[in-house]
Amino acid sequence: MQAIVCIKQVPDTTEVKIDPERGTLIREGVPSIINPFDTYAIEEALRLREKFGGKVTVITMGPPQAISALKEAIAMGADEAILLSDAAFAGADTWATAYTLAAAIRKIGNFDLIFCGRQAIDGDTGQVGPGIATQLQINQLTYVCKISSLDFDKKQIEVERLVEEGKEVVQSVLPCLVTVVKDINQPRYPTILGIRRSQKIQIPTWTAADLEVDQKLIGLNGSPTKVVKIETPPPRQGKCEIMEAESVEQQAEMLAEKLIAEKIIV
Amino acid sequence: MALLQIKREVCTGCGLCIQVCPFSALSLDNENIIVVSEACTGCGACVPECPTAALSLPEAEKKEQTDLGDYNGVWVWVEQYNGLASSISWEMIGEGRRLADKRKTMLTACVLGDQVESLARQAITYGADRVFLVEDPTLKVYRTDPYARILVELVKKYKPEIFLLGASTRGRDLAGAVATYLYTGLTADCTGLEIEDGSNLLLQIRPAFGGNIMATIKCPYHRPQMATVRHHVFEMPVPDESRQGQIIREKAILLEEQIATRVLDLIVEKNEVNIADAKIIVSGGRGLKGPEGFSVIHELAEVLGGAVGASRAAVDAGWISYAHQVGQTGRTVRPDLYIACGISGAIQHQAGMRTSKVIVAINKDPEAPIFQIADYGIVGDLFTVVPALTRALKKRLNK
Repeated sequence: MQAIVCIKQVPDTTEVKIDPERGTLIREGVPSIINPFDTYAIEEALRLREKFGGKVTVITMGPPQAISALKEAIAMGADEAILLSDAAFAGADTWATAYTLAAAIRKIGNFDLIFCGRQAIDGDTGQVGPGIATQLQINQLTYVCKISSLDFDKKQIEVERLVEEGKEVVQSVLPCLVTVVKDINQPRYPTILGIRRSQKIQIPTWTAADLEVDQKLIGLNGSPTKVVKIETPPPRQGKCEIMEAESVEQQAEMLAEKLIAEKIIV
Repeated sequence: MALLQIKREVCTGCGLCIQVCPFSALSLDNENIIVVSEACTGCGACVPECPTAALSLPEAEKKEQTDLGDYNGVWVWVEQYNGLASSISWEMIGEGRRLADKRKTMLTACVLGDQVESLARQAITYGADRVFLVEDPTLKVYRTDPYARILVELVKKYKPEIFLLGASTRGRDLAGAVATYLYTGLTADCTGLEIEDGSNLLLQIRPAFGGNIMATIKCPYHRPQMATVRHHVFEMPVPDESRQGQIIREKAILLEEQIATRVLDLIVEKNEVNIADAKIIVSGGRGLKGPEGFSVIHELAEVLGGAVGASRAAVDAGWISYAHQVGQTGRTVRPDLYIACGISGAIQHQAGMRTSKVIVAINKDPEAPIFQIADYGIVGDLFTVVPALTRALKKRLNK
């Protein structure tokens, strides 16, 4: 089984705080991590390799320091990693990102499965996975919470997808692209051996010149969408009325009274 | 790779840009001149602030798409499951109507499915002028390929200016494929849409960085301008049975044997509530201390006939399933009443519930951010407050 996992290095948005005076993000001390959803994608690829044999290749597009995310994936057990980094890739939106990753996947060549996390926690779009699948003209299976069966001879895959109404059981053909949700597995921690390997391994960097890409379709120039404004959201104007009373019972009575009097509960 | 270009010889080191940078990417170097770090996203917030015009972003090459003017009209994809439309579809018809009126153009609904003509009629009562109706057995259950191919062909044939889809699992799956085929811009999970005066471009407003910031996004040189829209953000329109509209039948593109994917089954878990549609939600968070803590939440929810929600902390800890998660990476809800118990109210949680009509917060920490957005609050231990509230309500509701 040949698997390619697309990952993204993101700031840990759960650690991001707002400077109340300036209304801006405080980025100092916020660690860069592998997008949490992508760690489930790596884990799933590793589990399949353990079951079926083969190779897991991890790729990311980003600035040179994104190499640390790839090293972490190697430490978890991935076989190979490739960094896509070039000034010409900068400013890419989801279209240009999917286009560039698809070009890299074509260059890698042989694959049965491509894995992505359902979305990245900084951009929250979930669009790059479907974009890559469409670029490569392969099927996409999004929001997958279980891979129930894989048959490499018949080129068949069966999965469960987490949709609004429940879990949808879907059958499709290989090769395909799978985006995963957290329910699919529990990602492993890097091993000592893996960490040692990640320190030694030479991770190649591919630039735009290494890929068959149209220069007009990558980075800022290739991106149909433009960010024109960034602001912190206005606070919701809740004038919180705190129930003050001598006992918890009285506080609860006051609140129940209000909710019914204001017809919030009928 | 920082995109911002700095003219060092022009920079006066006044530092005004440092204060407006949402990403803290700017600082002064030892020569008192602005330098930019990798944290720069090229958002451009600093550019107009600079009094000496020392900052700029590279201009994207103008695309040679000369036929932008040929594109007109606002389209909405009507998402359906088992012949029933998702409420996000009608919310988008309501918002699409407003945008179409502002652009003085037509609102079109795209209804795909098997025996779904009634949805086409419904779309007109909610505000559509025209409906493309594609009925075929291959479209009974949503699958990416057959749906995407039809929408791509319809867009090529009729050239809409704006195309909205719901930010549901299906909508995001479909929109990502369609926009890639068409080489056009797609903005995910919008919570605000406006038409910009002058340019008439669609301004797409969406949260990013876990809801910490709001970004406004444009798609200037590609059409249609595509966006997925968050559920429960726009008002449900009131249907008008007397509205008239045109229904145009179009054909499916793929035959069943050309479609590689089969949907074999749908497993609906028992007790799995769809919190997105609940009128009252009682939610629990880290303060519940464990899975058994949810029993007080369930009791209150039962008295109110409401659903049980949870913060990411409670779901990540394994106390309750993901289906209950409210927030940026869970469900967005807009109930009449949201009771947050033992939830501090991180910005990611707020992103999923801040549009609730009334918010009640119960938390032992009076400084918890949840109180800043709540309408009513009780500061105290939820394990005594919540049961007391349950009793008080039970008494009044005669249960």
